[in-house]
Amino acid sequence: MSVSGNIYGINGPIITIKGNLGFKMSEMVYVGKDRLVGEVIGLNKEETTIQVFEETTGLRPGELVEGAGKAISVTLAPGIITNIFDGIERPLQLIGEENGAYIPRGVNVDLLDKDKKWETTICVKPEDVVGGGSVIAEVPETPAILHKIMVPPEMDGTVVWAAENGMYTIEEPLVRIQRADGIQETLTMTQQWPIRIPRPIQKRYPADRPLVTGQRILDTLFPIAKGGTAAIPGGFGTGKTMTQHQLAKWSDADIIIYIGCGERGNEMTNVLEEFSQLVDPKTGNLLMDRTTLIANTSNMPVAAREASIYTGLTLAEYYRDMGYHVAIMADSTSRWAEALRELSGRLEEMPAEEGFPAYLASRLSAFYERAGYVENLNGTDGSVTIIGAVSPQGGDFSEPVTQNTKRFVRCFLALDKALAYARHYPAINWLTSYTEYLGDLENWYGANVGADFIPCRNELLNILTTESRLNEIVKLIGSDVLPDDQKLILEIARVIRLGFLQQNAFHAEDTFVPMEKQLQMMKVILYLYEKCRDLINIGMPMAMLRENRIFEKIISIKYDVPNKELHKFEEYRQMIDEFYQGLLQTNA
Amino acid sequence: MAIEYLGLSEINGPLIVLEGVQDAFYEEMVEFVVEGNRRKKGRIVAVDEDKAVIQVFDNTDEMSLKNTHTRLSGHPMEIGLSLEILGRTFNGLGEPIDGLGKIEPEVVRDVNGLPLNPCTREYPRNYIRTGVSAIDGLTTLIRGQKLPIFSGNGLPHDQLAAQIVEQASLGDDSEEEFGIVFAAMGVKYDVAEFFRRKFEESGVSSHVTMFLNLSNDPVAERLITPKMALTAAEYLAFEKNMHILVILTDMTSYAEAMREVSASKGEIPSRKGYPGYLYSELATLYERAGIVQGREGSVTQIPILTMPNDDITHPIPDLTGYITEGQIVLERSLHQKNIYPPINVLPSLSRLMKDGIGAAYTREDHQDVANQLFSSYARVGEARDLASVIGEDELSQTDKKYLEFGVGFEQEFVAQGVNENRTIEETLDIGWQLLHILPKEELDRIDTKILEKYYDR
Repeated sequence: MSVSGNIYGINGPIITIKGNLGFKMSEMVYVGKDRLVGEVIGLNKEETTIQVFEETTGLRPGELVEGAGKAISVTLAPGIITNIFDGIERPLQLIGEENGAYIPRGVNVDLLDKDKKWETTICVKPEDVVGGGSVIAEVPETPAILHKIMVPPEMDGTVVWAAENGMYTIEEPLVRIQRADGIQETLTMTQQWPIRIPRPIQKRYPADRPLVTGQRILDTLFPIAKGGTAAIPGGFGTGKTMTQHQLAKWSDADIIIYIGCGERGNEMTNVLEEFSQLVDPKTGNLLMDRTTLIANTSNMPVAAREASIYTGLTLAEYYRDMGYHVAIMADSTSRWAEALRELSGRLEEMPAEEGFPAYLASRLSAFYERAGYVENLNGTDGSVTIIGAVSPQGGDFSEPVTQNTKRFVRCFLALDKALAYARHYPAINWLTSYTEYLGDLENWYGANVGADFIPCRNELLNILTTESRLNEIVKLIGSDVLPDDQKLILEIARVIRLGFLQQNAFHAEDTFVPMEKQLQMMKVILYLYEKCRDLINIGMPMAMLRENRIFEKIISIKYDVPNKELHKFEEYRQMIDEFYQGLLQTNA
Repeated sequence: MAIEYLGLSEINGPLIVLEGVQDAFYEEMVEFVVEGNRRKKGRIVAVDEDKAVIQVFDNTDEMSLKNTHTRLSGHPMEIGLSLEILGRTFNGLGEPIDGLGKIEPEVVRDVNGLPLNPCTREYPRNYIRTGVSAIDGLTTLIRGQKLPIFSGNGLPHDQLAAQIVEQASLGDDSEEEFGIVFAAMGVKYDVAEFFRRKFEESGVSSHVTMFLNLSNDPVAERLITPKMALTAAEYLAFEKNMHILVILTDMTSYAEAMREVSASKGEIPSRKGYPGYLYSELATLYERAGIVQGREGSVTQIPILTMPNDDITHPIPDLTGYITEGQIVLERSLHQKNIYPPINVLPSLSRLMKDGIGAAYTREDHQDVANQLFSSYARVGEARDLASVIGEDELSQTDKKYLEFGVGFEQEFVAQGVNENRTIEETLDIGWQLLHILPKEELDRIDTKILEKYYDR
């Protein structure tokens, strides 16, 4: 039974209906003769408030609003990976083919391809007892992803009929089950799930495994755990999007959900183009074969921007339920917060800080809490990692979105304007960034990379912190007056900054660096430090050490030692020894 | 035809409330006739059943609650377009004001536009040579990009924009058709006149379409002016296969106008009194730049905005920077040193640069030289800070070299004549000459192979 009403008032994306007509909160509605998609966001005795996910230009009072009888949901079935959707899961590629270059209002397309036949392997037989999350069939969705068709959560019973293996569309029946109360349910590949409700899980695990990204400053200094949360705040031009792209390309998640929320159209086009060509170094498949894009660019309707984050999360949770590790790149969460503010303003709600609604913090925390490393209903393990970009107003981290985000994430990667101006990329400031995962991940690093990894990492950070303290002095009196051991620290810190922290995303070898090489690089740099310190300690002046080009050679290790030829590090060790011996002999 | 309503319910600044209307829709165009002869236009900005709030694109003088007839047009704001618009001048509502008569429209378009589907966009890759070293070398402009100029009052942003237009349109491929769409929002008469004269001098007037809303024209009209201009630009680019450069000046006045109208509508303000939808509104303008797959033309935008109090964190430049693909920042202290163009390269950026330069487009060393110049010039700032504390004499040898490099960079690389049109080779070679001032081991951003090839040349 669907309810309906007539439009009373229109104000931008918000429309109101007079009277209490029986609409439900969060119910999906179709608005007007173009059947624009909307959602009920407020109810009282006098009126129903609806946000519309499309442009409302041309709507007239009196037009019909029809309830869909269900909460705003996403359709889950094979065909999601490699696709590009708008904020409410409408496929943009298809819209483009049918409607040309522009996105018209009220487009009515199938969310997922209903005609395509998928090669299906049925995994259950009659008499099997299944529960929520049980895998009933498998479909190779892309070369990289085996899509597992699951019983929807909150449903269980005994299989009474199962189809043969073969080619099926997403709407053909695969399995019929009989529930405890005797009702039979037919299962297809398709299920629906409301976007604002987290999909249920068995239990949460502690985050004790890193998301390996191949980016040195992340893996070494500020690692993110699988199932963890991270925020990347930065003013415009500091490289948020570039960092997100790098993570989407190289991190070792099984699936990437890239949410372009209120960002540039050309950027989405770029991701689409690039990911369709780049090959995942680990599997040899195209990067696009493990990626789903959600594009709600800044000029698309604002209400859909608000929804796009939840759409992405729900897709991620669905794949997590299959036992995959999913990473969400949300670029940018500030646009989402601003969408909240814009809608809140139109609703004439009482504003809190900077005009943001008072519920900003609770919405943000609810969003980040949907991340996690979990045991799924079907017993498999999976994770959802959320990496959210934050675009603080004026680059000022004290604004509400950054501050509230900081409370709910455990890894904070602060991008720095000064570093970006000097084109030091990634412009992650090593002094203001932090990660709370280091303690949780220590065992993993010890067992999988090397017991000396964490000590080396701490030493590196230590040198950098000392450098910043020394720089305070240098700013006042110049570097010439420092004692030689402090000059050495400045020099080694320079090597770390240029040779280790700075990473060239456009260089074939440097764009992704395996953990092993990161460790070797750290060790060589620290070995150089150790030898230089010995020389300084016996009275050798820093100026003499600098004459040798050894520092420059160590800096360019990142380009000169290919990722696959790590034995070359031995040569560098010898080079440092020769440098040490040479200086000792000539100046004995 | 449409019903005419006699009388109004309320007049408040540029907003009018009309009650008892039927079938009005959001964003519908409205025509008023005041006292039987004066015509004004307006747009519906909110509807509540039979009550419509209308924004008037004119002043509301002489309007009373009784003397006005209102007619709903039944369509949103539209503009008639044909190739005739080239070489013509319109007011902010798209009505000709050059005395050459009406346009015979080939098509009529809704000026609000529709969002471009990211799947049908083509990623911009072709660079536009502007002949300005600081732009070509360090913040390369790409065809289909939106690259604003962040300026301040009294800085020569108009001169720079005019120079870019003039030199970019000379272009290397003269066979391609180019055009310029110029939208003035709330600028002074002199500024509009300056651009008109410049276009004439450089012989491009016949390719220019101008939309003028000067500072004494109605504020509400200002909100529609850039939409008119961009609709015209899209038509010329995507239907007539032209490469269109759109100059929007001054975006600050546009945002101010939005604040003014929003305040009179009684909306809840967010930052600095600007409405919460400022970001979305700016985005719907800026995102209309780009290239569409399968079409030959392109829309490149150079919006100009004056930063209030030279503050780059002010909401207008701030939100703009988050939408546009980079920015060119003008700096007052450089202007005071008599450097033209006074571009501060450090905060300036072109996001699309990385894909439009290099061996295939400009020269293989371009990215490395640019990175090195940025990095070294950032170091110059540190050396200058230090010198101001301990005195130049006390600086280390390296820091002194940096000071020398800094002066050279500003005087030779950034500074150039208003008519000087440098090739990309000239620009990069000046860059290399300047890098020679620094010791070779300081050049840590350049790939070893490129350093060997070009440094010792």
